[in-house]
Amino acid sequence: MKPDLGLYDYLPWSERPQIRWPNNAKVAFWVAPNIEYYEIEPPANPLRTSWGRPIPDVLGYAERDHGNRVGHWRMMEVMDKYGVRGSISLSVALLDHHPEIVEACKQRNWEFFSHGIYNTRYSYAATEAQERKILQDSIDSVKKHTGQMIAGYLAPALTHTERTMDIAADMGLKYTCDLFIDDQPFPVNVKKGRFISIPYSLEMNDIIVYNTHNIAPRRYADMLKANFDRLREDGARTGTVMCIPLHAYAVAQGHRLQAFDDALKYITGHDDVWVTTGREIADYYLANYYDEYVEAIKRFKKKHPPKA
Amino acid sequence: MRNPIEDKGIPVKDGLPDSYFEYPKRKYGMDHDRYDWSLLVRRKPVTWPNDARVALWINVALEYFPLDMPGKPFKAPGGTVTTYPDLRHYTLREYGNRVGVFRVMEVFDKLGIRKVTAAINSSVAERNPFLIEEANRLGWEVMGHGVDMGKLHYGGQSVDEERALVKQSLESLRKLSGQKVRGWLSPAKSESYNTPDLIAEAGIEYFCDWVNDDMPFPFKTKSGPIIAMPHQHWLSDSTIMLHYKQSGQDFIDQINDQFEVLYNEAGTQGGRILAITIHPWMSGQPHRIKFLEEALAPIMKHKGVWQATGAEILDAWKKQQ
Repeated sequence: MKPDLGLYDYLPWSERPQIRWPNNAKVAFWVAPNIEYYEIEPPANPLRTSWGRPIPDVLGYAERDHGNRVGHWRMMEVMDKYGVRGSISLSVALLDHHPEIVEACKQRNWEFFSHGIYNTRYSYAATEAQERKILQDSIDSVKKHTGQMIAGYLAPALTHTERTMDIAADMGLKYTCDLFIDDQPFPVNVKKGRFISIPYSLEMNDIIVYNTHNIAPRRYADMLKANFDRLREDGARTGTVMCIPLHAYAVAQGHRLQAFDDALKYITGHDDVWVTTGREIADYYLANYYDEYVEAIKRFKKKHPPKA
Repeated sequence: MRNPIEDKGIPVKDGLPDSYFEYPKRKYGMDHDRYDWSLLVRRKPVTWPNDARVALWINVALEYFPLDMPGKPFKAPGGTVTTYPDLRHYTLREYGNRVGVFRVMEVFDKLGIRKVTAAINSSVAERNPFLIEEANRLGWEVMGHGVDMGKLHYGGQSVDEERALVKQSLESLRKLSGQKVRGWLSPAKSESYNTPDLIAEAGIEYFCDWVNDDMPFPFKTKSGPIIAMPHQHWLSDSTIMLHYKQSGQDFIDQINDQFEVLYNEAGTQGGRILAITIHPWMSGQPHRIKFLEEALAPIMKHKGVWQATGAEILDAWKKQQ
């Protein structure tokens, strides 16, 4: 184990190039629904338990299945209402299990990226070849079912190895959602390729809000609005990114749907927001700011070399 | 209960068996054969009596949390916490059967809620037969809810042990209530793979541990299909106010927000079910009882609501399949 993986360089906001989003928008806003499959009886990973209760964990399994049977449609309708395209964090096996959901996403011209094969198969303890297998399966399966080449990666259940970023970059992906260290995209140090982090958000993630922090739905709507307001304020100086990562099994429960609707209505009601997707943010940043950022990092390192 | 994401303290060593990257159940439908994959929006719409849009199903859980509950394989939510004898949590829960439930009954009476289902641990019925008499007097439906909150059904339990629990709880409830007892809720919604088979074998027609749908659906067992009834677990008083530690107003808001979504959906997709579980040890406290009344009053005044028991909803739904 290492104290730090050296995945990025320190660069305070004052030293960064100014980001201007298309149409001078202050905030690039994207919504990332996790469309997932959890296995009732996954094989054991030595480093992580799948379910809190003994198998079958009926409550945990059924809670998640509600998203697939009921929730996605409700969530999609709310997003349709406000013209928001989803960037889907996909359990790739769902292409096989529930093609009807995938079809509904394709009809909406939503975008797919990989969230592993199942959310119950973890990367912990995977060899490089094994982790490459997860990504290759993701690239091939999404291509076959949707025609899209995935651009992003959110590791399954946020389980990583020291090599995750190198592998994703080497296999042609453009961005990771796994680093929660910034409100702007930034270059990720990988062995090969140009690879960036774009802000996903654990703070705004419905599961963290509802199941970890146990926040009530109407307060979640307040949090989303407050988060947006501040990023929009900061965005007057340099463009920021706001992401809402979602799980239909949480956000689209009947008692929580209205809160999501309120927040989307508020955010998309502003005309200085770029309502966009993960891939579009990544492409725009890579084309316009990646090189400038790399230069700024070099300058900053020269000016403020680490003492150790 | 374990938190699955916690570090197990095992050194990270590379190399998983190749089988970890094989997916034998990666195919259309579910990864088990208990029920079919089905999208709610694609199902045939159902109608309720008098063209109601939402069936309101109130479920009162009458539970016994014994002082010596073993916590095997985990403690049911609401269970004892401190060193034995944990009189503090024991009596807080028993408060529900002794005092709280009568306040809950008064609220129902005031709002005109007559069709109630009570999920009763058989120990409660045996210890407090008066409660069963009251339930019968009020015309409540009695539903199986295991023996007590310390005797969980769980994966890894022997089938004989579990069969005996099912038998003990249902025989006792049937004898004491004189009712057929058609429905089942497992203590803590915990099941083994055998639970659906064992309760079906014992004559249960519907159960509500599977919270994966907002409408009933058929569930396969060795004794033929039983029906999984919806149960909005995240709307129960104890989930919201004890486990999430949210306020009474949050409880009121969430129940009514759920109602509104279901009511609107029913306008285009057919009848829906609002299924709420009330724990008298929670809502029956003097400072909380008003929340129950304020949560349910707007729904009871609303047009298009059919207030019914689980068995009545089951029968109405079954006739249309």
